[in-house]
Amino acid sequence: MKILKQLGLVLFLIGLGIFTGTLFTGSFSLTESELNEFIASKAYKSEIIKDELKKATVTNESLNIFQFSSRVRTAYETSNNHYDALIAKYDAEKNWNKKGEQYQYRISGKLHTISYEIAKKAGSGFVKENAGLLWWLTFGLAIIGALLFILPNFILLGNKGIKNNGIYLEASTNRGWIAWLVLVYLVSFYLLLYFMADYVVNWTYILDPVSEFLNGGPASQWFVYGFLYCVIMLVMATRMYIKYRHNKYQIIRTTSVLFFQIVFAFLIPEIMTSLNMPGYDFKNAFPLDYDFFFDWNLDSLKNSGAIGLFILVWGIVLTLVIVPVMVYFFGKRWYCSWVCGCGGLAETLGDPYRQHSDKSLNAWKLERWLVHSVLVFSLVMTLVTLYCYFSGAETFLGIKSYWIKDTYSLLIGSWFAGVIGTGFYPIFGNRVWCRFGCPLAAYLGLVQRFKSRFRITTNGGQCISCGNCSTYCEQGIDVRAYAQKGENIVRASCVGCGICSAVCPRGVLKLENGPEKGRINPTDVLLGNDVNLMDLVNQK
Amino acid sequence: MEHIVIIGNGISGVTTARHIRKLSDKKITIVSAEADYFFSRTALMYIYMGHMKFEHTQPYENWFWKKNRINLKKGYVKTVETKSKTLHFANGDSLQYDKLVIATGSKPNKFGWPGQDLDGVMGMYHKQDLDNLEKYAPNNKVCKRAVIVGGGLIGIELAEMLHSRHIPVTFLVRESSFWNGVLPEGESAMINREILENGIDLRLGVNLKEIKADENGKVKSVVIPETGEEIACDVVGLTAGVSPNIDFIKESDIETGRGVKVNRFLETNIPDIYAIGDCAEQHEGIDQRRPIEAVWYTGRMMGETVAQTICDNRIEYKPGHWFNSAKFIDIEYQTYGWVWAQPKDNEARFYWEHQDGKKCIHLNYNKNTNEFIGINTFGIRMRHEFFDKILTEKQSVDYVLEHLADANFDPEFYKLHEKEIVSKFNKENNTNIQLKKKSWKRIFA
Repeated sequence: MKILKQLGLVLFLIGLGIFTGTLFTGSFSLTESELNEFIASKAYKSEIIKDELKKATVTNESLNIFQFSSRVRTAYETSNNHYDALIAKYDAEKNWNKKGEQYQYRISGKLHTISYEIAKKAGSGFVKENAGLLWWLTFGLAIIGALLFILPNFILLGNKGIKNNGIYLEASTNRGWIAWLVLVYLVSFYLLLYFMADYVVNWTYILDPVSEFLNGGPASQWFVYGFLYCVIMLVMATRMYIKYRHNKYQIIRTTSVLFFQIVFAFLIPEIMTSLNMPGYDFKNAFPLDYDFFFDWNLDSLKNSGAIGLFILVWGIVLTLVIVPVMVYFFGKRWYCSWVCGCGGLAETLGDPYRQHSDKSLNAWKLERWLVHSVLVFSLVMTLVTLYCYFSGAETFLGIKSYWIKDTYSLLIGSWFAGVIGTGFYPIFGNRVWCRFGCPLAAYLGLVQRFKSRFRITTNGGQCISCGNCSTYCEQGIDVRAYAQKGENIVRASCVGCGICSAVCPRGVLKLENGPEKGRINPTDVLLGNDVNLMDLVNQK
Repeated sequence: MEHIVIIGNGISGVTTARHIRKLSDKKITIVSAEADYFFSRTALMYIYMGHMKFEHTQPYENWFWKKNRINLKKGYVKTVETKSKTLHFANGDSLQYDKLVIATGSKPNKFGWPGQDLDGVMGMYHKQDLDNLEKYAPNNKVCKRAVIVGGGLIGIELAEMLHSRHIPVTFLVRESSFWNGVLPEGESAMINREILENGIDLRLGVNLKEIKADENGKVKSVVIPETGEEIACDVVGLTAGVSPNIDFIKESDIETGRGVKVNRFLETNIPDIYAIGDCAEQHEGIDQRRPIEAVWYTGRMMGETVAQTICDNRIEYKPGHWFNSAKFIDIEYQTYGWVWAQPKDNEARFYWEHQDGKKCIHLNYNKNTNEFIGINTFGIRMRHEFFDKILTEKQSVDYVLEHLADANFDPEFYKLHEKEIVSKFNKENNTNIQLKKKSWKRIFA
């Protein structure tokens, strides 16, 4: 069994190694006609970009993606610098007409993104030509390896039950060197994905056939991310199924997040795209789906006929009606740990790291400031965007629409949710984003705290203050602080994952929905003591 | 300002301090030789098993004590001088008190076995025992086998701990079945099976004759008197129960028996000195309880109570209905009311066990009046409030069975066995009890 596990680990690492290694393969160049086609499609006004790009990309040299990207970006910079120089010159000459003319020649957009577009067409090599084989050597090996590593746990973990043995004794789960390595890998992954997509263009070749099959087009970096996301969740869900096989709540919950990720977040949008509809994730509620009210999305929905209108209405109803009503009946868990994609990854890939959330009072204070600030930020951004969209203005309340959208996308959408939110799993726990950053979680939390039937019931006086519940709370709630006082846990941040209840050795905690009355029940003297003393102390 | 000194920073002492602070502005000092801050003793096992780190077992952050003006003093109290109200510490320090609360808990029993103080022989009670275990049994290379002597709650925990690091364990239990002085036959047999299923070498009905040393004064083997067998081992865990940790007051004029003798107000024979928790001994057991209750929950209750008395609201220690819980490897156990190992004359019993042999419930009721007396539940969580109320209202066993769905506290979606349980009861007793649907109204009434 142990040998099987080790074999699995080796296979997984080989798969991961090849996957990472593909980034350095292939050669990139365009033919003149390909270049012309590209430039025509872009309708650039710049008179020199064509020559610059030709110098950069139409070549017999064998360029790898990093060299290629660098050349392409230089071409664009040269072109833009040229016109910037002219602008400066006419500015000095106070020739305002000439100066104004120059702006149309500048090319806007993120250079790595443009470079990605060109690179996608320009690549050739073993990876692109053997996508199927490469799929097996990367995804295939890693999946088989991971499963070989995970499945023996069915035997190795022993009988059904909570088996957290060794979690704080292992380098991988106790912030040791393995955890730091994983952090570096994940952070690098997100940095490339969000900011240097052209560098990972080789990965998209591996999934081109899958993408062609699903939506009729080649794979983008986002397709790679979506596919990888589903694969990781599937593999790590098998780990959850084995680890918590005695706990039906965990089994059903894991199945639910898997289903919503694969079907709603991945398959349905892909299929919609193949049918020429806007690809939409029907479960992704605003303000987590922060660009729902961005002008490009509204335009796209407006131009998509009945389905576009339906999505628009659905999106609004989801956020304003469905989400809060469901939170009233079931708590925010129905979304955060049953449906949400971020939650889904946290509950599968992130489960081995759940114990790292900070339980201190200071962390709780920080959490409340941060998460509600993000909520306000997202609402202000949306307000500005919508005002500008309907009025045609560029600013509202002195805030430029494009500036606030870009800032939010960069700071919250990319850095907070991705790089920090997931990249820091191994050190800060698996719900950093959900706890400190997600505006939807903040909104659901307010409903959960003030108007909901959900609570974690504390079972009378049975708590022994052992601390398992607090340790394994991914949201950093000091569950024990409530349980040892005999008090129910009613907290805005609780996502209802149910692990506190699972790890409790004395059967003290139960997630349940019940009447609002008595939901919050502060106590000083616990059940089991003198009834008169309880009356005296608890009812004053 | 009155100075309250509490010896012992376990659950009893800390509960006392917290409640005194809530009720008053008195100066409070907690003295401990064991640890700087309060930790949950019951969680020590999880540190060795790698579920938690020591800091996770501390229920309050370190700033808590200063913020609540609770002074912490680390030191070992050597003697108590009651006339001058002074504590003398091993290092020569002394401390004046106005009122003293003795909450020093227990220490593991040692029955004078030869070799009981060798290196590698330890109890599993104090934080220091854990450090010791980490030293002598870090893995199964250093510790090729461990022998545990004494089959109680701590014994099985220690077995589970060692098992988690794949160290072979031989578990010597004096009784003919695990913990059968407390558990009835069915439950006890279930736990025997659970122990064996985990690959632990359970030996029932055997004692310890002696522990043998190697040339370095470290444990080498144990000898079983019944068979004369000698078992080679590197660690011996002594878990044959605990007794009050009160040696330091034996010389004082505070009255002691096995523990510190207290009246119903938790007062000792000396004014202004109280004793609570594991180390306190009632002159007579309250209700059907034992005079010494070495249980987390009772320690906490005594702390809640004595704080009132110290803050001029003198009240009796009057615990409510008995309850307790434990976990035997993977099987959770809760009990509400009384289920004795052997039925008393007026008692009738009902036992249901799930076919997988890992869940059961055992009901105890008055065979004449049908009044519910208590329940043992294994592998199924039950609501404390439900049974507390039932016991107060003196409901019948029929009522309990009818409302089993209300009592269930298992996580959502768990398979329920209530129908099966009720129908078994009906069949055995020729009754026609109908299970009622779960009602939030009743549960939260």
